[in-house]
Amino acid sequence: MALVLNEEHTMLRDSARDFLKSRAPVSHLRSLRDGANPKGFSRELWSEMVEMGWPAILVPEQYGGLEYGYTGIGIVLEESGRTLTPSPLLCTAMMGAAAIVKAGSDEQRDSILPRIAGGRHLLALACDESPRHAPHKIDTEAVAHGASYRISGNKTGVADGHIADTFIVSARTGGGISLFLVPAGAAGVTVKPYRVLDTHFAANVSFDRVEVQEQDLLGPLNGGIKILDYILDVARAGVSAELLGIAQEAFERTIGYLKERKQFGVPIGSFQALQHRAAQLYTELEMCKSLVIKTLQTLDEKADGDAELVSLTKSKLGETAHLATTEAIQMHGGIGMTDEFDIGFFLKRCRILENLYGDSYYHLDRFARQRAY
Amino acid sequence: MTETESFRQETREWLEANCPESMRHPYRNEADACWGGRNFIFQSDDQKNWLDRMAAKGWTVPTWPVEYGGGGLNREQVKVLKEELVRIKARPPLESFGISMLGPPLLKFGTEVLKQQHLPPIARGEIRWVQGYSEPNAGSDLASLQMRADDMGDHFIVNGSKIWTSYGDLGDWMFCLVRTDFTVKKHEGISFVMFDMSSEGVSTRPIKLISGKSPFTETFLENVRVEKNQVIGKINDGWTIAKYLLTHEREMIGGSGASRAGGVTVSKVATDLIGTDNGILSDTVLRTQIARFEMDERCLALTMERARDEVKAGVSLGATASMFKYYGTELNKRRYELLMSISGMDALDWEGGANCDGLLPKSWLRSKGNSIEGGTSEIQLNIVAKHLLGLPG
Repeated sequence: MALVLNEEHTMLRDSARDFLKSRAPVSHLRSLRDGANPKGFSRELWSEMVEMGWPAILVPEQYGGLEYGYTGIGIVLEESGRTLTPSPLLCTAMMGAAAIVKAGSDEQRDSILPRIAGGRHLLALACDESPRHAPHKIDTEAVAHGASYRISGNKTGVADGHIADTFIVSARTGGGISLFLVPAGAAGVTVKPYRVLDTHFAANVSFDRVEVQEQDLLGPLNGGIKILDYILDVARAGVSAELLGIAQEAFERTIGYLKERKQFGVPIGSFQALQHRAAQLYTELEMCKSLVIKTLQTLDEKADGDAELVSLTKSKLGETAHLATTEAIQMHGGIGMTDEFDIGFFLKRCRILENLYGDSYYHLDRFARQRAY
Repeated sequence: MTETESFRQETREWLEANCPESMRHPYRNEADACWGGRNFIFQSDDQKNWLDRMAAKGWTVPTWPVEYGGGGLNREQVKVLKEELVRIKARPPLESFGISMLGPPLLKFGTEVLKQQHLPPIARGEIRWVQGYSEPNAGSDLASLQMRADDMGDHFIVNGSKIWTSYGDLGDWMFCLVRTDFTVKKHEGISFVMFDMSSEGVSTRPIKLISGKSPFTETFLENVRVEKNQVIGKINDGWTIAKYLLTHEREMIGGSGASRAGGVTVSKVATDLIGTDNGILSDTVLRTQIARFEMDERCLALTMERARDEVKAGVSLGATASMFKYYGTELNKRRYELLMSISGMDALDWEGGANCDGLLPKSWLRSKGNSIEGGTSEIQLNIVAKHLLGLPG
């Protein structure tokens, strides 16, 4: 498939860009922070996103969705990266929808997908149990108890854990790992939210003998690892798309500043020391654009995804967005360090997404393993 | 069957019948490359037949129009041909600066007479072209070149010297930048001319490189007669032609960074030579650098693919050739640094069998020139900064 957007996706991108620019620019994030918004996002804005159809993008038409695919939701995430707009798009509209579409039973699809498409149901993935991403290191157990299971364990750093209606939980089930859909309101679930450095939230979620039924299994018993890896890869692709938006916006703002800021009587962008760094960053960003579109298209085309490509993309996007946002601060000089100026928000959001679902080091290692070395 | 499918089938059958078995292996060394030209000594009948058959088909230059010796193929067909050539591991029938460098500007800016004169012999591998661009005092600042062409009515008399002429001693004709006006701004007094290297007054001297080879020469012109009908474009408008050609040269150099070493990946070399523990390369620090390299290698390949797709979709490219030149050559240097590290002491063997008669250290040394020739990495970054980012000069 050609590595360019088709007409449908171009229109989606343009409408997403227009909407986010007018309704949720960076000042929206700032006002959420200054108002100490307890959820870290705006329900009103989310309703507008629902009207735009965004949570329905991945959902099949028979469940009230739009079926614009991973490329579609990825484009919207990229644009929301440019404006740093907090929303449940990543965890619910991309990862959550993908999980149910991929592995859900007929009942789960019937019940959950229309509610995702309508923006009425939010999901979060509770998989990690230590501060650093290690999704296969699972101590949480689901013990069979008659026809049901009792889940016990502690999950850490759950993105959107503070607002989720349903958790996707990984747990040991004797013969392997299984995934369960666990309502946030179930007895024994404790959610401890904490604010992360850019006003978003995550949560530590503990499960104390939480009772679930067999029909709450997501995918086959003991067959959870493959699905978990797929869900994570979808999430990583989404994070990468968002990082691409962040990196591009930070870069463009920086280039604008280099042209405008004068020292020694000339624009600082005329200095070769800065020009070459900017040109190198531009080159890396071009590489990143190719990776993101290729990864999204591959998810649309290949049922099992492509672990090597996803890890390459997440690793490279993490690294390049990091470079773009740190260079942004350095090239803005003193003003870049002030809270009053917006560029610092890009650095913060980037650091969070870099860590989420595996940082550049994690994915470099996974890339090499995929290539058998 | 679609048109593409039937073209594929015909191509496959034709290659099966016409590509000699001995031409279905990657080069073992530089001598395996066929450069053609008046004085070229073919290594074998197979090498000559392969060139002649491909040339007769127009497939040494598949995209060129048929009337100039090309194949007249469309993009889709060229893609199929390339895939079929790769499938049987066929060697290129011809390496040629006439094809990769002179051809594009000649097709775009040349008169019909010049195209008829020069393009078919290039396509058939009969004339080997060399490039006369850099001068001892005009390297990165190419436009300051001083080779002097005095107007004698129907011809010029040219004096001066060029440097870094690739295979200058083996070339039949030279395309060359000369100064035809010393009174105007440096970019406005340059002309793009062509002449026969056997003309009276032309001499070359090899330049020995740190890699031990002499692929470049200095080229001296002393009262050399160059016909005025051998100018591409207008007199004093040679810089336009020169830049257009450089774009193609940079794409060529940058693209060569995307895939090398006959399909063997750096990580494969490493696992073979160093070994693994539980599937992980035994040297874990080196492993990190190899993974970074292989990631960037894939990035470049994907981005070149995307650039081609964007061209098809009507997005203009422009200075992206500079980006690819920069990225591809820096990548190629990293490739050889890693191969040197992986091979340890064996990599230092200058003549012996441990690394194919010193191919590795010689290639490593040669790769240092990649980010200098065709415009240094720093010049490419200048171009990106100025033309793609619009930063003030």
